[in-house]
Amino acid sequence: MSPDTLITLSLMTLLLPLAGFVVLIFTGRRLPRQGDWLETSIVTVGLVLSLVVLVQKLTLYGGETLSARFTWVDFGTVPGIGPLRIVLGVALDNLSTIMMATVLVISSVVHLFSIGYMQGDVRYSRYFAFLGFFTFSMLLIVLADNLLLLYAGWELVGISSYLLIGHWYEKKSASNAAMKAFIVNRIGDVGFFVGILILFTTFKTFGLTEIFEGIRSGVLPYGSEGWLTAAGVLIFCGAVGKSAQFPLHVWLPDAMEGPTPVSALIHAATMVAAGVYLVARTFPLMTAEALTVIAYIGAVTALISATVAIAQNDIKRVLAYSTISQLGYMVMALGVGAYTAGFFHLVTHAMFKAGLFLGSGSVIHAMHHALHRRHDHHTDPQDIRNMGALRTRMPVTFWTFVVYTLAISGVPLTTGFLSKDEILAGSMAFGELTGQVIIPLIGFLVAGLTAFYMFRLVIRTFLGAHAEPERLSEIHESPAVMTLPLIILAALSFFAVFSLNPVGAASGWVMQSLPRPESVTPVSVAPPPVAVFEDALHHVHGGAMGLSLLMAGLGILVAFTTYAWKKIDADVVAQRLRPLHLFLLNKWFFDETYDLLVVRPTLAVTRMLRWFDNTIVDGLVNGTGWLTRGVSFISGKIDTVVVDGAVNMTAYLSGVLGLVLRKFQTGKVQTYIMFVVLSVVIFYFLYRLV
Amino acid sequence: MESLPKVVPEFLAWLPRVGLSHFLIVSAVLFSLGVFGIVTRRNAILVLMGVELILNAANLNLIAFSRYSGLNLDGQVAAVFVIILAAAEAAIALAIVLNIWHRFQTVNIDEVSTLKE
Repeated sequence: MSPDTLITLSLMTLLLPLAGFVVLIFTGRRLPRQGDWLETSIVTVGLVLSLVVLVQKLTLYGGETLSARFTWVDFGTVPGIGPLRIVLGVALDNLSTIMMATVLVISSVVHLFSIGYMQGDVRYSRYFAFLGFFTFSMLLIVLADNLLLLYAGWELVGISSYLLIGHWYEKKSASNAAMKAFIVNRIGDVGFFVGILILFTTFKTFGLTEIFEGIRSGVLPYGSEGWLTAAGVLIFCGAVGKSAQFPLHVWLPDAMEGPTPVSALIHAATMVAAGVYLVARTFPLMTAEALTVIAYIGAVTALISATVAIAQNDIKRVLAYSTISQLGYMVMALGVGAYTAGFFHLVTHAMFKAGLFLGSGSVIHAMHHALHRRHDHHTDPQDIRNMGALRTRMPVTFWTFVVYTLAISGVPLTTGFLSKDEILAGSMAFGELTGQVIIPLIGFLVAGLTAFYMFRLVIRTFLGAHAEPERLSEIHESPAVMTLPLIILAALSFFAVFSLNPVGAASGWVMQSLPRPESVTPVSVAPPPVAVFEDALHHVHGGAMGLSLLMAGLGILVAFTTYAWKKIDADVVAQRLRPLHLFLLNKWFFDETYDLLVVRPTLAVTRMLRWFDNTIVDGLVNGTGWLTRGVSFISGKIDTVVVDGAVNMTAYLSGVLGLVLRKFQTGKVQTYIMFVVLSVVIFYFLYRLV
Repeated sequence: MESLPKVVPEFLAWLPRVGLSHFLIVSAVLFSLGVFGIVTRRNAILVLMGVELILNAANLNLIAFSRYSGLNLDGQVAAVFVIILAAAEAAIALAIVLNIWHRFQTVNIDEVSTLKE
């Protein structure tokens, strides 16, 4: 297929979900089944097209970048700047093609799952419409070849997230969570936008290729490397917000208020991955300092959220913090220079995390029905302390869930093992090259914690005895429309999908097609070159693998010891370490801290401004009105007294004069004759005198 | 003239010679009296008498000028005209006064002032 065909097909995958959105949002309720199969089939068609594009791209065009562009605005010659035009377009390189396929796989699987999960929902067609809108927005981010279009898609996914988290907006907690997500995202977006503007003012373009070319040829923002680092860090700010990195991670756990398929699609696999994708896209312009910042933030995020996850009892909260932790992993990977590993983990994580969420959705769905049938409206269907022994009643859900858990814990034969292994090896290489060993230390610690809390989740939910034995008989496996996606995602979590070598992915098609791009930054601030990094990687690979297997094994062992074999009593440990346990259970009190430090001062400022607005501004306006009334009163008085007086005076004078002159009209002829005679005499004397 | 007493011719010589101005003065006096009559009288008939006086004063003027400017008789001819016109006019005027009497039951011209607002 020609490049044009591939571009056309990708544009179709981009625009079809948008068309689906438009149709469903206006006519949704009138369509048969409210349009769920329509939207699902649109996205599935998109998936097929993206797979075609992927295969064609990888086999025929290798490492090329296919792109199509158009001039959006041509400003001509701007005085003081020169010729200025904004060119937008789409770019198909391996990064975007693989990402596009990933997004569409998850999206179509989630669409299918939602048909079962959201059955009977009060806003069914609107839900599917917004899922389609989200898919379009996410693909816009993926396919954009310039920062402006990417930013547009960025904001659009933010809106989709808001709309979908707040799907059940009658619940105050849901609408609050939606607002929180959007506002926290916005904070990151401000930094992102400033970064974009720094680059735009320097290079007069939004296109990434042009920017890289510019930096490579020596042009630096405001002529300094410091500004280049700043631009990189600011762009990463956007990723901090969108990918829930510390300190802007607080929105993601609250986002679990949305329907579980939404959590699977947006807050596990795609939207939160957009930040990682952004860093991967802008990787060449990151200086070593920027990358160090990125690595540390990623590592810190991974650690904090892993520690919180071990103390959570809501199944979705555990998965939410797990997502934050894994995103931290990806960000850390990009920061240490393991570009391919980071992106690879994004893809594998998307599969098994979506699977985990959908699996939990299946569990919640079953629990919900069981509780409903028993007229129990108090028990929380999402609390793992109310679950147990679900393995016997929901085998498909159980076995697929086990596959996902093995993947996330980094057990061999899964995709997760491959990607996590690469990341840990990369962090060790970084530690060796720069001497900052804290990063790999944190990486391995988190690996152990991850295995622990994930297996804790599996054991409490599916194994052992159910919290209330009579309830167990009411629990049924979910319908095929929900279990099929689970099976598909489990299949995609097996190593064979990405690499024929179960212990090393470097020869697999994914890692082969995504070589780390060379940095375009000046050598003095550039990260270690690719060759040096690859070298260090080779050194540490064996050790890293062994260590990661050890940590995973330890975590699983501790989990089983505590929760399955009950050799350690978790409650006793929690009691003994009560302050620590409370600290972790309350998520390190981040929300409370932000409330005190940010929210309250902002509200206080708001109150001040409102006082200002009501008292001073309104006072001014009212005062002006009062003045106007006064002036018009005076003007009116002048009008009545002076002007009207003059008019009346004139009339009066005329009247008086008339009265006087009227006396001449006696109506008597004799008087008139008298006047005649008088005038004759007067004229005579006048004549005589003259 | 010899039959008259001897004093008469001296008395006659003492009397001024009658000139044009004497006639004119008389005519002016008559005219003024006529105007006075028109302007002052309340009775319509008396107003008409004043009008007659004025006409006759004019007549006198005409004849006086005719006598004292050669043997031109134009003045006297005009005077005859005036007399005729005066007569005609008096007839019509009296007819009008009669109508006024019928209409207003009075010939007091002060009370016939409906032209005045």
